[in-house]
Amino acid sequence: MAKEIIKIENLKRYFKVGDETVKALRGVSFTIYEGEFVTIMGTSGSGKSTLLNTLGCLDTPTSGEYYLDGIAVKGMGKNERARIRNRKIGFIFQNYNLLPKTTALENVELPLLYNSSVSAKERTERAERCLREVGLGERIYHKSNQMSGGQQQRVAIARALVNNPVIILADEATGNLDTRTSFSILTLFQRLHREGKTIIFVTHNPDLALYSSRNIMLRDGRIVSDEYNHDIKSAEEVYRNLPVDTE
Amino acid sequence: MNIASLSKIAIKALGNNKMRCFLTMLGVIIGVGAVIAMLAIGQGSKNSIKAQISEMGSNMIMIMPGGDRRGGVRQSSDDMQTLKPADYEAIVNQSTTIANITPTVSSSGQWVNGNNNYPSQAQGVNTQYLDIRQRKVAQGEMFSESDVKTAAKVCVLGKTLVDNLFPDGTDPLGKVVRFGSIPLTVIGVLDEKGYNTMGQDQDDLALVPYTTVMKRMLAIDYIQGIQASAIDENKTNETIAEITDILRTNHKLRPEQEDNFTIRSMQELAEMISSTSSMMTVLLAAVAGISLLVGGIGIMNIMIVSVTERTREIGLRMSIGATGRDIMTQFLIEAIIISVTGGLLGILLGGIATWMIKIFANWPVQIDPSSVVLSFAVCTVIGVVFGFYPAAKASNLDPIEAIRYE
Ligand SMILES: Nc1ncnc2c1ncn2[C@@H]1O[C@H](COP(=O)(O)OP(=O)(O)O)[C@@H](O)[C@H]1O
Ligand SMILES: [Mg+2]
Repeated sequence: MAKEIIKIENLKRYFKVGDETVKALRGVSFTIYEGEFVTIMGTSGSGKSTLLNTLGCLDTPTSGEYYLDGIAVKGMGKNERARIRNRKIGFIFQNYNLLPKTTALENVELPLLYNSSVSAKERTERAERCLREVGLGERIYHKSNQMSGGQQQRVAIARALVNNPVIILADEATGNLDTRTSFSILTLFQRLHREGKTIIFVTHNPDLALYSSRNIMLRDGRIVSDEYNHDIKSAEEVYRNLPVDTE
Repeated sequence: MNIASLSKIAIKALGNNKMRCFLTMLGVIIGVGAVIAMLAIGQGSKNSIKAQISEMGSNMIMIMPGGDRRGGVRQSSDDMQTLKPADYEAIVNQSTTIANITPTVSSSGQWVNGNNNYPSQAQGVNTQYLDIRQRKVAQGEMFSESDVKTAAKVCVLGKTLVDNLFPDGTDPLGKVVRFGSIPLTVIGVLDEKGYNTMGQDQDDLALVPYTTVMKRMLAIDYIQGIQASAIDENKTNETIAEITDILRTNHKLRPEQEDNFTIRSMQELAEMISSTSSMMTVLLAAVAGISLLVGGIGIMNIMIVSVTERTREIGLRMSIGATGRDIMTQFLIEAIIISVTGGLLGILLGGIATWMIKIFANWPVQIDPSSVVLSFAVCTVIGVVFGFYPAAKASNLDPIEAIRYE
């Protein structure tokens, strides 16, 4: 039996907006094991981001239990959650969120800067290795604003990998990219999955379910389906068959 | 998270916006520069007053005819004649707290030696004048008590007079020069003192027995003033009280009558000048301090703008593990770097400004090391104080909202 990375039980998240209560999550439970590539789907407003923020320890649930890598996150203080984010989680955002006017290397080093147990030398070595892993070995000194969207997202992925997280959380990671670039990024995710990384990939695009090992469907803050995919399609193949000039 | 890494981040962030960073600093630079220059001017003038006083002798007491002139009322000529040689003698005989004392009378006129003329004065004094004013005779000798008694036609000249009356460099000793129509034998030359801090030529001086000035030059029976030195410079007030008693008795003044003479001590004068100058210094420094404060507010203003602009960056940092404290420290360090760098440049600017004031305006200035330390400390405090609010604001951002901020 594989290791439990994430275990949530009856997770609820309500927002108070004026007099009304918006129920973004209405009792979600699942367990994600080491090595899974899970896509979380659902229409806009179904609660995907809220769920991912909670899993990423950015948000705290209104009720329910959450165990990350065997540790109960409930009841943790702000600083403890910051530490968990720093040591156990790799975040990837739709709009990359790189520091402007800053080199790829410095962007990737960033999480390690907030970890005083990593020396400056180790920091640079690890950041360079991760950049090579995402195919940017030649561009480590390029500034973030001199890169294409796909390249920027690769930097963001390298940044999410650099702290050796137990889980990678991606929120609409291909949402801003054209089809061809999307598939190249997806190819990268599939490779990371094959290398044993645990990934949760949030998207509103139902087609992407074919490329992950498991697919959870959300609707109005509830899980409507949770299925394993035994016939994972290769994103790389699709990528190769796409015409080069899509624009 | 250690300070070194956070400082690195802060420096990097400032480097991304060099122009703004410099403009923000400018407020602090000008503020500190102004404070340093103002304090240097204040300290300089205080020093020069001190120097002047010790130059003149801080135990000096001056007695002038007529009542207190501080009101600015014009004196009648009767008022100017209230001091007589008898008053001087009474003080000499009765005072126990005076070291040296001389009457003073002076006459303006032309000094003549052959073809050489020089307009100046004849300063009538007695032999103790030299001790009171801390002067010496460099060549020849001072006139004697008996010269004073006989109203001898002798004089002791300062360097400026010697240079003007004997331009060819002949030895003036024993030569006869004229003051107006009166021939005087040069018996001594005063030591050279140069200009004092007020810019007066202290060598433009000719000493003559006061009796000679009174009888032979002015034909008067009163004296224009008395200069004395107290035995103890810390007890000049007692000396003043004693002299006041002696003179009132001598002038037969009834208790309800006001003094018809004025006594001033150098100490009193010094305090008056130095308190005015301290007040000016405080005032100038306060104005400069306000500009420093404005500089601090400038830092706060820019930091607030910067926090708002960098909301996404802050959200990102938090999402990858920065604690509120890390964010706070980063922004505080940014504010402190601005204020401290500004402070250092300000000290430099203040130094240059002070130097220019010295060179071009020829004012006495002195940079007190404590004022440098003080303004530097104030800068750091300003960085912390005015950086605190923006930094706290940054650290309290909600990471989810911050990262979505457009
Ligand atoms: N901070 C918030 N305050 C109030 N309502 C929120 C907040 N965040 C999300 N919601 C609401 O919760 C629901 C789920 O939002 P979200 O998780 O962003 O959906 P998705 O990412 O699937 O589009 C939406 O109705 C949204 O309006
Ligand atoms: Mg969303």
